[in-house]
Amino acid sequence: MILTEESVRKIKEKLQQYPQPKSVILPALTVAYRQVGYVDADIYREISHIINIPTVEVAEAATFYTMFAKKPRGKYLIQVCHNISCALLGADSLIGYIEEKLGIKIGETTEDNLFTLVTVECLGSCATAPMMQINQDYYEKLTKEKVDQILEDLRSKA
Amino acid sequence: MFYSPVRTNAAEVAQSNRLHLFRYVEDPEQVKVEKFEEHGGYVAWKKVLAEMEPSQVIEEVKNSGLRGRGGAGFPTGLKWSFVPKDSPKPRYLCCNADESEPGTCKDRVLMERDPHAIIEGMAIASYAIGCHQMFIYIRGEFAHCADCMEKAMKEAYEHGHLGKNIHGSGFDLDMIVHTGGGAYICGEETSLLNSIEGERGMSRIRPPFPAIEGLYSCPTIVNNVESLASVPHIINHGAGWYKSLGTEKSCGSKIFSLSGHVKQPGNYEVELGFSLKKLIYDKDYGGGILGDKKLKGVIPGGSSTPFLTPDMIDIKLDYESLVEGGSMLGSGAVIVFHEDTCIVWVIKRLIRFYRHESCGKCTPCREGTAWLEELINRIEAGRGKPGDVEKVEEICGNILGHTVCPLGDAAVMPILSTLKLWRDEWQYHIDHGKCMVKTDFEFK
Ligand SMILES: Cc1cc2nc3c(=O)[nH]c(=O)nc-3n(C[C@H](O)[C@H](O)[C@H](O)COP(=O)(O)O)c2cc1C
Ligand code: SF4
Ligand code: FES
Repeated sequence: MILTEESVRKIKEKLQQYPQPKSVILPALTVAYRQVGYVDADIYREISHIINIPTVEVAEAATFYTMFAKKPRGKYLIQVCHNISCALLGADSLIGYIEEKLGIKIGETTEDNLFTLVTVECLGSCATAPMMQINQDYYEKLTKEKVDQILEDLRSKA
Repeated sequence: MFYSPVRTNAAEVAQSNRLHLFRYVEDPEQVKVEKFEEHGGYVAWKKVLAEMEPSQVIEEVKNSGLRGRGGAGFPTGLKWSFVPKDSPKPRYLCCNADESEPGTCKDRVLMERDPHAIIEGMAIASYAIGCHQMFIYIRGEFAHCADCMEKAMKEAYEHGHLGKNIHGSGFDLDMIVHTGGGAYICGEETSLLNSIEGERGMSRIRPPFPAIEGLYSCPTIVNNVESLASVPHIINHGAGWYKSLGTEKSCGSKIFSLSGHVKQPGNYEVELGFSLKKLIYDKDYGGGILGDKKLKGVIPGGSSTPFLTPDMIDIKLDYESLVEGGSMLGSGAVIVFHEDTCIVWVIKRLIRFYRHESCGKCTPCREGTAWLEELINRIEAGRGKPGDVEKVEEICGNILGHTVCPLGDAAVMPILSTLKLWRDEWQYHIDHGKCMVKTDFEFK
């Protein structure tokens, strides 16, 4: 079992709430993703057992939703928004700055497996651009100084 | 303090007896049910339960002139009235908190700072349509908003605003906070319903409309966060009061998300009909263009709406005026860019987004956005060929009006508007293999 007891309990709780079990696919994927950091065939199978829906239906939904990473990544997933409002305030230069700082390109992971850098579309933080999301957390109104601080804090926490 | 440092005009709203949505959004205690109640929260909900018939609630909202704040501007009360009165099936209400239209960041403020206002609006709407199980669909990336809503929901149950036999009325109502998986298309109401059902978030062909056959094939109403948050104010102050706000056909107030090259980006609640120019330049709102540069263009209603040039911004922000001015109110996301912005550079970002978000159900949208992206990337990279501008136009024409859901149109209408407004710049790109204006925004 990959999913912890806590995760299974959360998924079962959702089963109680929803009118139909199939609706629990997305909530279950969310629980799994939060716990594991990605979802894959083994996880689809476990979810399918818990909610009693064929594995293929879980997989079908999972592959549609891009937020759920399909393979392991660094401990911290840095997601920089490169959509219009952020781009107007220097998102491209922000991405370049992080690439240089971490010595990786978009899509890559640092050697210590700590950081993975990706670009994402608008995250609903346009009036506090430029911004990035690291794992679940938003970091808004970014400056070089702030980025330095954030990455340093994460590194020392790891 | 607050999760997001975004600027609001709560101070102005607190002084006004017309603006109302943002009154308490700078009060960190407002998220707690006790504070919300102290500020008059759940009074409308109790009033509805004690004194009003569902049909009276629908009538009141109809008379208020409230129109959907999610993009299409459909009259809210009228939509509710489409739910069949005699259907034996359960009915559902889904609050649309997908908020993914580039430029839009308003619903988030309400979820993070005044979540009970949304729950109260959802409850009243549920009562009006005879729904006992309501949902809020929050985009997956907004984990913090989902946490806020979960917390508020728990408190609402504890204080007897949700659950069984609410405030002794005999009315039962449950709520589910549902989070998505990062797909813009799930903001489209039929995709949203598929997504709650555990399906891929593809749009459904209409009819049937959700009000007749929606979630689990039952009558369903989908409304935007801001639309629903407006409802308690209508109940408290009356339809007549609400109707007196804004313009004759665009009633009430609306939150505008102002972003891009302005000095003071933020979320501002103003009455509909407010001047776009004032929103951008006034010291209490946008405060003018970054670096005092010259304005080049504005996208007035989110990335899916046609662009405006500086000579077009002396315009009122309401549904009718913007259509007359060649664009749309959309989600109320005003994106501003100054003279150092290449128009092809802007469009390259938008088309990448729409191609990425196309659900793939219909060929014109799936294939068309892919071709457009390739072609526009080529032009932007300086490898455009004679005739490419016409080709962009032709592909746009093949998408426009030929798709299952409005995403296809949303992708091409902004492009077509720039071909009209800045055609010389597109052509320059092809003739000279580079931008007419150097675009390089530094982040400091
Ligand atoms: C591609 C697409 C994305 C949409 N995204 C949203 C959204 O994020 N939030 C929203 O409220 N409405 C969105 N809508 C509009 C919804 O389909 C629907 O009209 C709206 O939620 C109805 O609520 P309202 O009448 O209160 O505005 C979107 C529509 C389309 C076509
Ligand atoms: S227009 Fe695009 S997003 Fe909408 S249904 Fe067709 S392919 Fe899907
Ligand atoms: S454009 Fe970056 S958060 Fe909206």
